[in-house]
This record gives sequence, structure tokens and C-alpha cells, in this order.
Amino acid sequence: MAETTITRTPLARAGIQTAEEILAPSPGAMMRRRVFGHFGLMFGAFVLLAIIAMAIFANVISPHDAYDQQLGRKLIPPIWHDSPKVTWNHPLGTDHLGRDYLSRLYHGAQVSLLIGFSAMIISGLIGTVLGVLAGYFGGRVDMVVNFLITTRLSMPVILVALAVVSIIGSSLTVVIWVLGLLIWDRFAVVMRSATQQVRSLEFVTAAEALGCSHLRILLTEIAPNVMNHLIVVATLEMAHAILLEAALSFLGLGVQPPTPSWGLMISEAKGLMYFDPWLIAIPGVALFMLVLSINLVGDGLRDVTAPENRS
Amino acid sequence: MAIFALKRLGVALLVALTVSLITFSMNYLSGDPAITIAGEGARIEDIENIRRYYGFDRPILVQYWDWLWNALHGDLGRSYSLRVPVADVIFERLPTTMLLGACAITFGLTLAIPLGVLAAVKPNSFFDRLALTLAVVGQAMPTFWFGLTLILVFGVMLRWLPITGQASWWNFVMPAVALGYNVAPAVMRLTRAGMLEVLASDYIRTARAKGLRPMKVLFKHALRNAVIPVVALAAVQFGFMLGGSIVIETIFQINGLGYLAWESIQRKDLPMMQAIVLILSIIYVVITFLADMLNAFLDPRIRVT
Repeated sequence: MAETTITRTPLARAGIQTAEEILAPSPGAMMRRRVFGHFGLMFGAFVLLAIIAMAIFANVISPHDAYDQQLGRKLIPPIWHDSPKVTWNHPLGTDHLGRDYLSRLYHGAQVSLLIGFSAMIISGLIGTVLGVLAGYFGGRVDMVVNFLITTRLSMPVILVALAVVSIIGSSLTVVIWVLGLLIWDRFAVVMRSATQQVRSLEFVTAAEALGCSHLRILLTEIAPNVMNHLIVVATLEMAHAILLEAALSFLGLGVQPPTPSWGLMISEAKGLMYFDPWLIAIPGVALFMLVLSINLVGDGLRDVTAPENRS
Repeated sequence: MAIFALKRLGVALLVALTVSLITFSMNYLSGDPAITIAGEGARIEDIENIRRYYGFDRPILVQYWDWLWNALHGDLGRSYSLRVPVADVIFERLPTTMLLGACAITFGLTLAIPLGVLAAVKPNSFFDRLALTLAVVGQAMPTFWFGLTLILVFGVMLRWLPITGQASWWNFVMPAVALGYNVAPAVMRLTRAGMLEVLASDYIRTARAKGLRPMKVLFKHALRNAVIPVVALAAVQFGFMLGGSIVIETIFQINGLGYLAWESIQRKDLPMMQAIVLILSIIYVVITFLADMLNAFLDPRIRVT
């Protein structure tokens, strides 16, 4: 370190960089190299962006109206099937009501992403506030939050969600709120331990010694340092919410027909799966790819932002 | 140890009480429970009768106290739709779900622990990568879709296994696999991390330096300490699985608690739903409490905190 300072000083004063300085990658370049060199992250991001694009442009790229029923054209198999009914007009075939499966798949992406994202935001707000307060203040606050987490974990998520939805009545908004209010536990657990770790560091003590308010310490000292944990949990919980929505819709208490949801598409095709297995295979693979890509992005972000924590 | 156990017991009881309060408040989620039971287009006198019959005309705290008191004595109310005591039906169905859960967790653990150990013994090897890939894939697979796919492949195409019902042990194979693979990723990651940590410790180096056989070091010295955190995780996952069995039991038509829950949700049978939520929560509380005790027994360091 000292050596470089000595050799550098006169040149640096003259505004000239040494060869090492020019050749050494900047922190930004190092980050880019890590991001682009991470296969899981790149693959996940690519698939996720493709699905997001599908959702955004669903109305533009859909070959047909996703709600349009044509009973004369029902149960056409997808194009890779060896059947005389196959047509390029319906690349993924049609369902039991003659609705174009590809168009419904595009619109299903909207539902999954909307519910996953909204539920993640709600649960993220609840869980982060609880977790950060518990980790920062400790003591009684920590005890109360811990108790809340334990209580929440002891209640079966799917069952409570189903019961509540069946009592209140099902709609997109209800599903989002019920899931959001139920799955904040992991946010709280992770943010609590992350805040505890940061709280014991010297710069927080220094800020306290300088007389900073709690709010200021939380916002300017703690928040930036727990952000990477928050992003990772957020991706995982979004995937969790998407899977739960699919399960609720599959059981008939999530998104209601005729709205295309991937879980609902599998549910509607359940009775036909012995004869037309593609009807459950296609939405199932879509669901799998979406959740896989979100999880890969989450894992990848953890590796990239905190390489020392790599499992 | 006694103080630790008492503290945990206190927390467990408090959690159970809170859960009972939340479960009870489900009565009032939709507004007036009497109107919900009476259904649309009921006359006002009928609603009044129902309100009196089920005791909804009393103060809420009194209702809660009575409900809790009866629940503690094994009376969880009468089913709206089946007209029989809820508790009888539940305890008739509970063993099936417990059996399914036990099969599923056994499958999950026998898959995850060896994979986790193998992955930790040779980090970054082929096995490690295979195990990690399996974990990532397993986490992304929707349970109900996996169940349907199993039915399609092993039940319909290959005709190896029965599709629905619970007539023999073979009926439980597919449901247990569909429910249990969910547990595997988390357990595998924890086993791997635990093994990596333990294998780097001094006492393992000593054991190796003494010239013990590698297998003995691995299984007798290392694994024993590495699986301690897995005990707690397995307990938690078992609790989650009982809740998740609703999906699997519906698909495979297994007459357990999950299927009962689904039926009562369809019929809006509130006392039944409440009782099932309460029972599953209490089972979870009991299991995690026992796991805590087992953990403290296995690892004395935990008792201190």
C-alpha cells in the first residue's frame, strides 16, 4: 500500500495514471464481471425478463382474445403433437372451451406477477418494519416481535388463506391482501438478524455518540447496509407468493374464472389430463420457469452482493 | 435445563392461546355469523333463532371463554353441515394425515441428508453441483403440479402405482413423494452447511490425526454434530407439511385432515375450519416445543441462552 502511494504521488499530482491503475478493474467493472460471469443470475434474469415482457405486452402479442370461446375448436393439441387437428393458428392448442392456450398463458403471466409482486410489497413492509425494530431496539421489542413470528409460523398458511378467502369471498384484491398479511415471517426473521449484525458495528456506535436520532440512524446507517438482504428475501417471497396463489387458484379459491391464472388453468384441465396431458404440462412448466427464474435471480444477487457469504 | 424448559413451555402456551384467539375471531370475519349460516334470503326470525341457538347473542368475550373452555375439554363445537361433534370427525381423520406426514418427512430426510453429506465432503464436485441443482429445481416446483405429474407418469402411463385412495401402503408412495420433496432443499442446504463447518473443526482434525477410518470420522464424529440443527428444521417442516397436506390430499383423494378441511371450506362449515386450524397450530406448537427440548438435550450450548 505504502509503496504504491510513494510511486503514485508525483504522477497523480500531474494527473497521470500508472499502468497498474489503468489496468486494474474499477469496482464497477468488478461488479459487472461478477454479474455477467454468474450463470444462474444471467439465466434467471433472462427468463424473468422474458416472462415480464410477456405479461406487459400480453394484449399485443396474443394471437387471439384470451376469453374468446369457440366450442367448435376445442381441445386442439399443441403444434408438436402428431394430430390432424394441429394448426399454427393455435401454436399451443386450445382448452376445453376452445380458448387459445398461448393467449391465456400470456395473460396468466400478468396475474402471477401482479399477485406475486403486490403480496411481496405488503408482506415486505410488515416484515421489514417488525424485523428492523426488533433487531435495532432489542429487549422487549425483540421479545414481542419474536412472539409474533412464532405465532404466525404456527398457523398453517394455505389453510388459513383458504378459510379466510372462503369467508370473505374471492377476488384478486382479497387474494393479494390475504397472502400479503400472511407471509411476512421470513422478512421479519432475516431483517431482524441482519439489523442485529449491523447494529453492533462501530459506525452505528459512532453515530449514536454523535447524538443522531434513532430515525436518522435507522435510515442512513442501518438501511443501506441491510438492503442487499432485503432484496434477496423479496425475490424469494415473491416466488413463494406466486406458488401460493397458484395453489389457491388450483383449489378453486384464488383467482376466479374466466380470468386466466396458471394455477386455475391446471385446475380446469385436471379432469382432462389423462387424455390431454399438455393442458396441465404447459401452465405447469410456465409456473415452474417463473418461480425458478425468480429464485435464481435471488440466489445470484446474494452471491454477487456478498461473495463472502456464498454457500 | 428445567428453567429453559419452563420458559419455552410458557411461550408455547402463550402462542397456543393467541392462535385460539385468532381462530375464534374468524367467526366475525364476514360480519354477522348468524346471517352467514342462515344463507341468502333467510327471514329475520330464522336469523334470530340461529343467533340464539349458536349463542351469538352473548357478549364476545363470554363466547370466546366458553369456546375455549369447551375446546380444552375436547368439545370443539358441532359441524354446521354434518351435524356431528367436530372433534369426533377430526380425530377420526387425524391419523391418516399424520401417517402421510411421517412418510413424507421420512422420504424428504432420507433424500436430503445423504445428499447434503456427500455435497459437503467434496465441495464443488459433481455431487455438490447435482445436489444444489436438485435443491433449486425442487424449490421451484409447485406441489400440486408435481403431484399431478406423478399421477400421470407412474399411475397412468407406467401403471406402477395406484392413483387415488388409501387402500394399501402403495397408495401413500406418490403423495409422500409429492409432499416430502418440498422439505429436501432446505434440509440438504442445512446439512451441507453444518457438515462443512464441523469438518473444518479441530476435533475432526484430531480424529483424523489419530488415524481413525474416514468413514468413522464422517459418520460417528462429524454427522452427529452436524445434524443437530436439522432436528429443529425437520420439526418445523413437519408442521408446514400438515398444513400443506390439504393440496396433496385433495389431489390423491386421501381421507385425511387436509381433505376434510377442503370439504368444510367448500361447505363454509366454520366450526370445522376453526377446529382444524386450531388443531394443526397446536400440533405445530407441540412439535416445535419437543424439538427445542431435544435440541437442548443434544447440544448443551443452547440451554444457556
